[in-house]
Amino acid sequence: MINKLVLSNLGHRPVRTILSVLAIAVEVTMILTLVGVSYGTLDATARRARGVGADIMIRPPGTSILTLSTAPMSDQLVDFVRKQPHVAMATGTAIQPLSGFDSITGLDLDQFSKMSGGFHFLEGGPFEADQDMIVDEYYAREKNLHVGDKIQLINHQWRVAGIYESGKLARICVRLSVLQELMTNQHHLSQIYVKADSPDQIQGILSELRAKMPGYPIYTMEEFTSLLSISSVGMLRDFIGVVIGVAVIVGFIVVFMAMYTAVLERTREIGILKAVGASSYFILKLLLRETLLLSVLGTVVGILLTYATQWLMQHAVPASLTQETVYWWWPIAGGIAILGALLGVVVPGIKAVKQDATEALSYE
Amino acid sequence: MNETPMIETRELSKTYRAGDVDVHALAGANLEVLKGEFVSVVGASGSGKSTLFNILGTLTTPTSGTVRIDGRDLKDLSNAERAEFRKTMVGFVFQKYNLLPTLSAEDNIRIVQYIANRALEFTPEFEGILDILGIRDRMKHKPRALSGGQQQRVAIARALVNRPRILLADEPTGNLDSKNSAAVLGLLRDLNQRLGQTILMITHDQEAASYAGRSIHMRDGKIV
Repeated sequence: MINKLVLSNLGHRPVRTILSVLAIAVEVTMILTLVGVSYGTLDATARRARGVGADIMIRPPGTSILTLSTAPMSDQLVDFVRKQPHVAMATGTAIQPLSGFDSITGLDLDQFSKMSGGFHFLEGGPFEADQDMIVDEYYAREKNLHVGDKIQLINHQWRVAGIYESGKLARICVRLSVLQELMTNQHHLSQIYVKADSPDQIQGILSELRAKMPGYPIYTMEEFTSLLSISSVGMLRDFIGVVIGVAVIVGFIVVFMAMYTAVLERTREIGILKAVGASSYFILKLLLRETLLLSVLGTVVGILLTYATQWLMQHAVPASLTQETVYWWWPIAGGIAILGALLGVVVPGIKAVKQDATEALSYE
Repeated sequence: MNETPMIETRELSKTYRAGDVDVHALAGANLEVLKGEFVSVVGASGSGKSTLFNILGTLTTPTSGTVRIDGRDLKDLSNAERAEFRKTMVGFVFQKYNLLPTLSAEDNIRIVQYIANRALEFTPEFEGILDILGIRDRMKHKPRALSGGQQQRVAIARALVNRPRILLADEPTGNLDSKNSAAVLGLLRDLNQRLGQTILMITHDQEAASYAGRSIHMRDGKIV
């Protein structure tokens, strides 16, 4: 019966109910989208790193796993690494950050193809001239690029020579020497990839390199990809914490407003319930159930809206942001929404409980 | 009629503070209503009859004096005890019907059973009351789809569903036209005569008061 009363109350004021549900949904969507983008972007980076086919990665001293470095390492290091025992192959890349999340990667296509097995071109093919660039399918879709199109990047005009299947190294690749020249950083690299002659030798090579190259962050690719997680990236973890905090406050304010006005609007009804013997606990239970239902509906709508943001990102900025569906965050986001909502109903609930029945019954 | 007083007040007073002024709504009201009586309390506006209604229904507390309902002293009841009292001992009929607008007539009655932890079924006896009230075919309608007279009948049914010791009615015909007023008052009299329901009705209307078995008058917070 109390559930019937809850449903009829919510159904009686559909606009307020819909607005409350939507506001809670936005809160849930905000959390799930942020978490999804964080996971998606890190996973996409890890996937592309794995696609290189290397076993070990060497980064410049003082860099972290997410720091995009220009090219502070000498390319002579590649020769040095190649000469190490059990190293089958080594190749270097230079990275020039662009605006937003984009970067342009310079590579030796022959070396890189040997290591990774080569790009799978969906359109066009490899570089034929110095001004040629190849891009992955997501970047091409985001910028609406096709083979032969011209594009201006880092004050240089490039021609799209090929569009390749995503999942290897980077989204935009050009010749290493051309990028180094444009960066006025000839013979310098941002990263070195190493392939062992046998998987059994990876740990041995790693130890050898770490001993001979002190100060250089050197990871196995397995280590590197496992470090690409939210818990390993302190700044991202903090950022998510802040957004969740904001979401809880939004949920609190929304439900506070909704339930406060509900209690005011229903002053007389609360008086009626008290007159017929409803206890303070009953009144509070009624408001809590309404809030809980709003939160659950808001969570469900929020989850559905997350698919909408995912679709939007896939179609609007496929190369910049990748959003994953992180299922195990659904109950967490729902819990956060419910917590914010329950905090929001405390004050209106107390107001309702303390309402004088005779005054409430004479309320117009 | 049983001689046990169902309602008994002694030197009942209630003083409100309105701004800087003390308003003596009740000033030593003494009242006795026997079980099975239909009593009307008649008085002009401001005579204290609504305050008496609220105190008898435990919706508010007196400043001094005693109130006994069915032999139970209402003094010093906690909020929870007062709520418990309202569940079982009294049924209210208000001038403005006070039905929950979001529920159907039937659910307005059932919610009272639910609050009192009673089975959500209508007993044959209560079905009989619905027949007397003539609202059986309107039970699925929400209050806005009912006329004033029908809403007041639903309110009477709601007040009676838990078989309270007392039915308290505050100007039950105040919002009704003369035809509906006569019908509702006739029903109250019927319920009193056929079921022996104790009824205390507040009214300022002498004609309405004439339906009761006994009328008492209030003036300046006292029974006169």
